[in-house]
Amino acid sequence: MATIANDLKPLHHPHSWIGRYVWSQDHKVIAIQYALTAVSVGLLALVLSFLMRLQLGFPGQFHFIQPDNYLQFVTMHGMIMVVYLLTALLLGGFGNYLIPLMIGARDMVFPFVNMLSYWAYLLSVIVLIASLFVPGGPTGGGWTLYPPQTILEGTPGASWGIIMMMASLAIFVVAFTMGGLNYVTTVLQARTRGMTLMRMPCSVWGIFVASIMGLLAFPALFVAAVMTTLDSVAGTSFFVPTILSMGKPTGHEGGSPILFQHLFWFFGHPEVYIVALPAFGIVSDLISVHARKNLFGYRMMVWAIVIIGVLSFFVWAHHMYVSGMNPYFGFFFATSTLVIAIPTAIKVYNWLLTLWRGDIHLRVPMLFAIAFLFTFIHGGLSGLFLGNVSVDVPLSDTFFVVGHFHMVMGVSPILVIFGAIYHWYPKITGRMWDETLGRLHFWITFLGAYAIFLPMHYIGMLGVPRRYYALGETGFIPHSVHLANEAITIAAGIVFAAQLLFFYNMISSLFRGARADPNPWGAASLEWQTPDTPPTHGNWGPKLPIVYRWAYDYSVPGAARDFIAQNEPASAGPTEAPR
Amino acid sequence: MSLFTRLAEKSWTSPGGEHADPETYRPPAAKVLLILYFGVAAVLFTLVTSAYLMRMGMPGMGHGPMMGHDGMGGWRPLPEPPLLWINTGILLLASFAWADFARVERAGAGAQARSAQAKSAQASNALIGRGRTAGLLGLLFLAGQLLLWSRLVAAGHGLRGDPAAAFFYLITALHGLHVIGGLGFWARAMRDLRAGRDAALPVRLTAIYWHFLLFIWLLMLVLFVST
Repeated sequence: MATIANDLKPLHHPHSWIGRYVWSQDHKVIAIQYALTAVSVGLLALVLSFLMRLQLGFPGQFHFIQPDNYLQFVTMHGMIMVVYLLTALLLGGFGNYLIPLMIGARDMVFPFVNMLSYWAYLLSVIVLIASLFVPGGPTGGGWTLYPPQTILEGTPGASWGIIMMMASLAIFVVAFTMGGLNYVTTVLQARTRGMTLMRMPCSVWGIFVASIMGLLAFPALFVAAVMTTLDSVAGTSFFVPTILSMGKPTGHEGGSPILFQHLFWFFGHPEVYIVALPAFGIVSDLISVHARKNLFGYRMMVWAIVIIGVLSFFVWAHHMYVSGMNPYFGFFFATSTLVIAIPTAIKVYNWLLTLWRGDIHLRVPMLFAIAFLFTFIHGGLSGLFLGNVSVDVPLSDTFFVVGHFHMVMGVSPILVIFGAIYHWYPKITGRMWDETLGRLHFWITFLGAYAIFLPMHYIGMLGVPRRYYALGETGFIPHSVHLANEAITIAAGIVFAAQLLFFYNMISSLFRGARADPNPWGAASLEWQTPDTPPTHGNWGPKLPIVYRWAYDYSVPGAARDFIAQNEPASAGPTEAPR
Repeated sequence: MSLFTRLAEKSWTSPGGEHADPETYRPPAAKVLLILYFGVAAVLFTLVTSAYLMRMGMPGMGHGPMMGHDGMGGWRPLPEPPLLWINTGILLLASFAWADFARVERAGAGAQARSAQAKSAQASNALIGRGRTAGLLGLLFLAGQLLLWSRLVAAGHGLRGDPAAAFFYLITALHGLHVIGGLGFWARAMRDLRAGRDAALPVRLTAIYWHFLLFIWLLMLVLFVST
């Protein structure tokens, strides 16, 4: 019983509006549902970050931000951005939209499970948002949620907030597992005829490997969430040691807080690459398409994705240097951390070499892709500092770390996401966006991101601690830090407002944008070759495409056009790209 | 083609659609999904096992001063009542029953393929009977586990202040949830069988799933008994 895309079960064709757009089993609709939910909850996290900035830039001026609120903002901002926005948008959103279209399938292999995955994700978001309204508010224990602090009296949300957070995370893991199993199975099973593994675009490779990693990493978060909930509700002592709280024994005995940290980071570090790998893949495609050049070192790029995915499971304890560990472990984890720089550097060089002497079109998606190279190299280099135990220990609890991880896993994937939205918007909606607004949005966001996060490195090196509500009068903090904090807050306000340009552009173009060409960028990969734009349910009309070549035949000498689509037969022109 | 050969393909030099990736055999998608899920579940149980060992304070796993006064963080080994072994036996029998169920189903499908005539009602009833046995053994295992829980609680092993018991409840609950999932697949397969639909794939895959559950349980049992 072979299940090649053609002999999938007949597609479920709903007739009502609700069946088509709400309880939909079409991967494209589910992708949009995922994306809209993720972006909505991400906007909330953006607002929270701006509230934090208001407090840091102008301490004491905003009376509605109390220390408890500040900690809750930090926690919710971090968790929402990492899990509910980035993971959900890159895998649930782009993964859902792109995988079937890019590999020439009609849909995911299990459309019903795919639908369930979205609704479970939505439930996890609802539980998370509900935690804002429970007595005591959401948890304020920091996004890492370390017990015993998170569940002890005195931490905001220690009674209800933490339980809601853990429940929401557990539901999210279930949702992701359903989605992830589907993505991986679809890539393995539903590739159309001729689509070998090494003919898949890098976007699919990134999403594919990230999905496998998610399947293996999220169980750790699930276990940690369940065990913390039991510690909090049932009085078990998995993580909570013998402890006095407010002068009274808590009844816990002998739990291991370090155990939680191991579990959390066994999920947490791969999570960085679960977000990064799809971004790596997508940016490879954007650069190749808009530079009209085949991707430099395609095989090496794919292998690097796989190698990074494997290595990322052996570095987690570099987040725990300050928790203390056997020096030999520290040595091991520092080494493995630095080794990841090798495949990552290979990717960066290959992106640069793809640009080298390319026919670069500086359209908005390309601007975002190139901007990603800046922020990613920047964040990667500061990561080399922090990977060393002796450098990390003094910097770990300072703003240097905030600057580092925002550059490398905040700004960088977000820039790719923006690039990707601009890039695929014409296919998804059939309309073009406004170029001027797009450029304006790009420049403010890119330069603004530097204005926000570059000074944080400086502040951090002065020793300014992170997660503090107020710095107060402290000898080692010069006046320039306060000035820098004000400047950062102002820059953040401008960048925050500039995102309105993006939303205005996307929404108004939906109605007033010019009709998009089916393949406006002249891209070779399969998703641009659909018979309809936007693609209809089933994607390919009566016959599935047959793939004759890889996805990067650009500027082939002697070819009729400056690209050869993946589904053009070999007789259509010279088939071998120059190497 | 091995995975390494596939990953070494120089896709830019190999144009053409006919010779590339001929329609090689691809296993049923549900089977691939199941095997992938085994990976997920294996990680899950590996993680709780390492958490168990770390919390117990295995040498080399950890951290002395954080523990309680006795250096074991209040860890007291759990007794192993006979019911634990009886439940294991039931799960073992369930696995045998599933193997038998899948074997009869396969034989029936083979017979059907050889002769054009439909399966006789008798053969179909035999199949449903075997399915019923397999499922009921699963239910019995769950009931046995619940009974075991209540026995342990009655013997004073609560969640509070007894980390070994807490881990036991956590791990058996995670395993039990997987058994409940398996019973869900069983119910679906039985429904298809009763309705006379083709249930070959659900029966075979659920049988594999039950063997996996037994395998996990045996590993967990070794963990409980050896510590």
